[in-house]
Amino acid sequence: MNVIVCVKQIPDPAAPGALDGATNTLKRDGKLILDDSDAYGVEMALQLVDAAGGGEVSLVSMAPNGETSGLRTALAMGAAKGVLISDPALQGSDALTTAKILAAAVKRLGGADLIIGATESSDGYTGTVPEQMAELLGLPSVTFAKKVSVEGGTLKVNRQTENGYDEVTCALPALISVTAGVVEPRYPSFKGIMAAKSKPVEEVTAADLGVTPVGWAGAGQKISNVTQAEARQAGEIIEDDGETFGKIVGFLENLKVI
Amino acid sequence: MALNNIWVFAQVANGAPTSATLELLTKARSLSSNVTAIIGGDGASAAALGEFGATKVYAISHGANLPGVAIASALKSVIDGGETPDLIMFPQNYEGRDVMSRLSVKIDKTVITNNIDISDSGDGVTVTTPIFGGNTLVETTFTGAGPYLAAFRPKSFAAESAGGAAAAVTAIAVPDLGATGSATVTAVHVEETTGPKLDEANIVVAGGRGLGEATSFAMVEELASLLKGAPGASRAIVDAGWVPYSYQVGQTGKVVKPTIYIAVGISGATQHMVGMKGSKNIIAINKDKEAPIFGVADLGIVGDVHKVLPKLIEALKGR
Ligand SMILES: Cc1cc2nc3c(=O)[nH]c(=O)nc-3n(C[C@H](O)[C@H](O)[C@H](O)COP(=O)(O)OP(=O)(O)OC[C@H]3O[C@@H](n4cnc5c(N)ncnc54)[C@H](O)[C@@H]3O)c2cc1C
Ligand SMILES: Nc1ncnc2c1ncn2[C@@H]1O[C@H](COP(=O)(O)O)[C@@H](O)[C@H]1O
Repeated sequence: MNVIVCVKQIPDPAAPGALDGATNTLKRDGKLILDDSDAYGVEMALQLVDAAGGGEVSLVSMAPNGETSGLRTALAMGAAKGVLISDPALQGSDALTTAKILAAAVKRLGGADLIIGATESSDGYTGTVPEQMAELLGLPSVTFAKKVSVEGGTLKVNRQTENGYDEVTCALPALISVTAGVVEPRYPSFKGIMAAKSKPVEEVTAADLGVTPVGWAGAGQKISNVTQAEARQAGEIIEDDGETFGKIVGFLENLKVI
Repeated sequence: MALNNIWVFAQVANGAPTSATLELLTKARSLSSNVTAIIGGDGASAAALGEFGATKVYAISHGANLPGVAIASALKSVIDGGETPDLIMFPQNYEGRDVMSRLSVKIDKTVITNNIDISDSGDGVTVTTPIFGGNTLVETTFTGAGPYLAAFRPKSFAAESAGGAAAAVTAIAVPDLGATGSATVTAVHVEETTGPKLDEANIVVAGGRGLGEATSFAMVEELASLLKGAPGASRAIVDAGWVPYSYQVGQTGKVVKPTIYIAVGISGATQHMVGMKGSKNIIAINKDKEAPIFGVADLGIVGDVHKVLPKLIEALKGR
């Protein structure tokens, strides 16, 4: 069984986000890392290939400046190869264009039995890219997967719903988006990290994939204004001395809820 | 530009339109007099949808198919038939996102998600999206021709009845989905809950990783029940399996705006804050005085949850 995982490479979420003053897009310079949200997909893919007893995991990623460090992390976890789409023309691309690029990269890899993305990325969280890819690739899809297995060539998924979950079955090939926590991502071993250095990553442009228009030209939207929201007034912050519960009781009394 | 025709993706739970549906209909009818509610299933809710401003209902029964591809395909057939809405509004939730994503490819139009507002000026249709935990607001204007696809976070608009008559229902058939229709639901599991619903409760007590272990969540539940409120959670403890996903507050969970929000052992990550910052009063208990949650708290207690909560619970029990 062959699986392709979408891996987004993002600025370290621990660092405070900022907007580029010129373009009003998220700043994505500096070193990028593998989005945690996609580490679950990579792990899921490795486990499914393992359970199938053969096949490989490939990666597709679209990122600026030929960035591969996040891809290398996924390769160190055990993926075999990757396609990186890096192209200055892609700056400002909307979710639909991103999906077109990634879908074209999936085709370039010859497709797979299963394509995996995350329910949403940590920095952009549009939450639409995988489902858009499924439509572009003409595949069935199961979004918000919180448990995944393949039994007798059929995909079985527990799909998160607002108040529980649905059991869903689906024929392969298919696309799924996985939720955080679906599996426990492994830490790359030293051996894995060394091996990752020599695993193939093909770098291509939007033109190589035949996708046009891209970037600002392809986005059916433009940022028209950025403002600061009204800040909340700072409240009273007190150190607990064993009696602060009384403060809370008083606060609740004032609001007449007790 | 004039919005002559707006579609709203509507949802029904337990026989009645969801609050997010009524919010979107209320906003839609302020932008256009021609509002159609799109519903997965039959038209049984046409009276309630009409009351809040829908003039028409397109009812799309999709059986065991997942709604995304089925409803989007049916809508595409309507558009191919010659009706082009200017704007399609979706709730920012699972079904809304899936239908919107599939449809965006079918009609090759951009999507803008996570919005909290929309306006229509002479220059175009503009939506507002909060980023960085809601501290910064980005306004984005659609360019080119519609339909414009936009998803809105719950509680972005107040729902108000228009006193409208029942909407006229048209059933729309789902076309042959070919291979894309292979995903089917074989069983549905619903978690039983008691007490007020998290997104409607007047008081919410939410617990996070600072509780230390799953069993400590019992304190959060006890406090919530003493205050006749609902328990909630950060994503950290949902991912850890302490509580079900339906408890989650934040960007990928529920948006809550209660009179009082009590955050217990929650750091206040931006993704958590976008789901609770609209609360009227916020109380936070956290042992780290630098925790970002204190930045939005009206009353902040710098202390150990295991010391503060038991005393608070005792005091409330004694009343
Ligand atoms: C795409 C994406 C979407 C996300 N969506 C959501 C979402 O919808 N909702 C959400 O909540 N998160 C969401 N997150 C996760 C979010 O970034 C944080 O990781 C999460 O909110 C942290 O949960 P927490 O505050 O419980 O844990 P932590 O951040 O670990 O904070 C625990 C806090 O408890 C305090 N503490 C520890 N011990 C004690 C004690 N004994 N007494 C008192 N205080 C104590 C600590 O000081 C700390 O501040 C999302 C993340 C991503 C990337
Ligand atoms: N630039 C990208 N490169 C690789 N995968 C991506 C990219 N953008 C989005 N994805 C995938 O789509 C998911 C949802 O992204 P988003 O729509 O931005 O929330 C991500 O978690 C990834 O799995």
